[in-house]
Amino acid sequence: MTMTETINIKRFNPEGGAEPFWQEYRTEVEPTDRVLDALMDIKRNQDGSLGFRKSCAHGVCGSDAMVINGTERLACKTLIKDVVTDGSTTITVEPLRHMAVQRDLMIDQSTFFARYRSVKPFLIPADAEADAQDAGAGEIIQSQEERVRFDDATKCILCSACFSACPVLDENPDFLGPAAIVQGARFVFDSRDQGLKPRMDALNDPNGVWPCENHFQCTRVCPRGIKVTKLINLTKREIKK
Amino acid sequence: MKGMYTIGRQREEPVLEHEYDAVIVGAGGAGLYAALEASRSVKTAVVSKLYPMRSHTGAAQGGIGAALGNVEEDSPEWHAFDTVKGGDYLVDQQAAGILADDAVRAVYDLENRGLPFSRTPEGRIDQRRFGGHTREFGEAAVRRSCYAADRTGHMILQTLYQQCIKNDVSFFDEFQVVEAIVDSGRCHGVVAVELATGEVHVFKAKAVLFATGGFGRMYRITSNAYANTGDGPAVLARAGVPLEDMEFFQFHPTGIRGMGILITEGVRGEGGILRNSRGERFMETYAPTLLDLAPRDMVARAMLTEIREGRGIRGDRRIDDYLHLDATHLGKETIQAKLPDIAEFCRTYMAIDPADKPIPVQPTAHYAMGGIPTDIDGRVATDEIVYEGLYAAGECACVSVHGANRLGTNSLVDLVVFGRRAGRHIAAYARKADSPRVPADAADRTRERLDRLTTGGGGKKGSGKTGSGRKGGSRRGEAPGPIYEQMQAVMMSAVGVYRTAEEMEKGIEEVRALRDRQRAVRIQDENRAFNTALLEILELEHLLDLSLVTAASALHRTESRGAHSREDYPERDDKRWLKHTLAWLEGDEVRMGEKKVDIRQFEPKPRKY
Repeated sequence: MTMTETINIKRFNPEGGAEPFWQEYRTEVEPTDRVLDALMDIKRNQDGSLGFRKSCAHGVCGSDAMVINGTERLACKTLIKDVVTDGSTTITVEPLRHMAVQRDLMIDQSTFFARYRSVKPFLIPADAEADAQDAGAGEIIQSQEERVRFDDATKCILCSACFSACPVLDENPDFLGPAAIVQGARFVFDSRDQGLKPRMDALNDPNGVWPCENHFQCTRVCPRGIKVTKLINLTKREIKK
Repeated sequence: MKGMYTIGRQREEPVLEHEYDAVIVGAGGAGLYAALEASRSVKTAVVSKLYPMRSHTGAAQGGIGAALGNVEEDSPEWHAFDTVKGGDYLVDQQAAGILADDAVRAVYDLENRGLPFSRTPEGRIDQRRFGGHTREFGEAAVRRSCYAADRTGHMILQTLYQQCIKNDVSFFDEFQVVEAIVDSGRCHGVVAVELATGEVHVFKAKAVLFATGGFGRMYRITSNAYANTGDGPAVLARAGVPLEDMEFFQFHPTGIRGMGILITEGVRGEGGILRNSRGERFMETYAPTLLDLAPRDMVARAMLTEIREGRGIRGDRRIDDYLHLDATHLGKETIQAKLPDIAEFCRTYMAIDPADKPIPVQPTAHYAMGGIPTDIDGRVATDEIVYEGLYAAGECACVSVHGANRLGTNSLVDLVVFGRRAGRHIAAYARKADSPRVPADAADRTRERLDRLTTGGGGKKGSGKTGSGRKGGSRRGEAPGPIYEQMQAVMMSAVGVYRTAEEMEKGIEEVRALRDRQRAVRIQDENRAFNTALLEILELEHLLDLSLVTAASALHRTESRGAHSREDYPERDDKRWLKHTLAWLEGDEVRMGEKKVDIRQFEPKPRKY
């Protein structure tokens, strides 16, 4: 059931002019095609200059997060039929928010990654003497209950959809951001890790977890279904203990 | 948001030349592990065309195979045997032994570094069954796959990247390597294009490791990411390095119909069953002992046979027909606990709940057993020559630890075992090696190539356009889309699961014609910053080169073995073909050679399950 869709894309070329501009394309798509499929058709058959990141095409690498019809989504996990409603035949696509636009739908994630690194997102073994290198003596025992406790936080693919959607970042661009907190929480609640202590500076900072106002936009847009707001609140509670 | 659009970011004089002891190309599991190892003692940089956490290792689902024996008795010797037999006896057996032995240490190491494995009730790393993995040399399936739900690859990639952050490894993110500097059997560095600026950089190095992953994008239906374009093998082929065993490309039995999205073998490991249009468990006919957990090449062939004989779900005997993977009897709880990601794929893309309905699946181009020939330390080597300062690891390498067919869960363990070995060898080598010698004009060839792609053959900007990307785009030369589609279609039919000389010969001619047409492709984007069109044309060139080498290698091997199945040569012929092939790409021709197989321990036998 092929249909013709109009994709309206907010473009920007740093070498071409100071302002972003909208450009419309028309593509033939099936309702079960991904929005990414439409973008690839445009790029490979109509206009090679359209810039966007993509790789796995099935929602695990996090490359193609963008704003589709006003909401942060992964283009490869969004089917045409998901975003074409009420007989509308136009899909609007824009780059993520709160990050500088490099080209078209490509955004500068360096601040996002810096926030991520600031929470020390790596195992700091609880048993300080256990040397992680070449241990090979066996696994650290972890019960199934302990494993479940941080499971949700392990799903994050660092796509930055939450960073784009968070209203706090509109007013306070120095807020640590949802994803960085999730990545910190992943270790705070891992029984094998020293937990909160080595990450207290980053998380307990005035711009750490505290600016979160429970808007729930992060939770709403997370393509991995992570309960982001819940993890932020659990982390706040852990700090207060 | 106004402030988000800034232009004219002033850059100081850009640094376009870099020198390191070790340069790692690719930031997936093998590259990151090698970097962790090498950076402990020598100055190391990772050069990757993607941000590391986007690498395709993150898509791996089912598990990492290691004979820990946490759930049932197991031994590395059984694992090595399974690997050799699974590879239809084309596996280099010393490498298989190393893989199996070192797997245990590697898995514990990953866990100690934080990898969140699923756990047994006793709190140990949990293990499950997987295709081709047995106890007692083939007696029955064994639980050897160590897993983290059905996102083991994601966890491995995240853990290794976290460790790189912890250990302050240097990264050049979104730099795409387009040329290797190889001279008289020694590698002196690489040339790369920086996506952000379009600048051409030269990385001088005492040693270079290629860990660029696979090249499934040669095929129409593939599980591979768009980024899997075989840059490492292609770049080295152009530098005169031969590629090994390119005819062996694995088709995974269960990709989602029409999309290539992988449904892990782990579903069958948990008890899922493949059924034809009659609802029959057809694997009973083809592999009575291991059934749906027979090695992937056997299952893929069985599926195609069922389809060709009219028992596919559509029943039209066309090769794009499909079958059913039935997980309905596993129950919602098991699926949610052990296979949550594939359940979500089914819901998102097919509007199916695997607990209620069977999943429509078909064989999908998945893994390259062949690639850059190496020894057990990752050094690029043939029987005649060991290259100096040149290494490869991971899917792009051919040790060969997978031979003619790879067992599931053996790729993740390949990455960490041989990535680490290569990293160690590089560090030891770089400490003693003398400095690289790179000519002053090393970047010129690449710069000319990029210029030709941008301006050659079409003159300057089209009429009345104020800049690329304005309405309509300027079309000069051919667009890459049709070339991609035709290459992927011909590879799927001519060099797919079943092959004949006639089809392969036609395929080779078509690929040659496509390479000619590709030379007329011009980029419709002349801007330098973030020019993804440019880098994608280079990737298409790589895929076309590798397609030619793959088709020629497949035509050359006149037997059937592992994943290479020929209808005109249906039997395995150890007398003539118990050897690896080597293929040199020379212009439009492919010259074939050979490399010995190490069969020191397990004598080749007929492969039955």
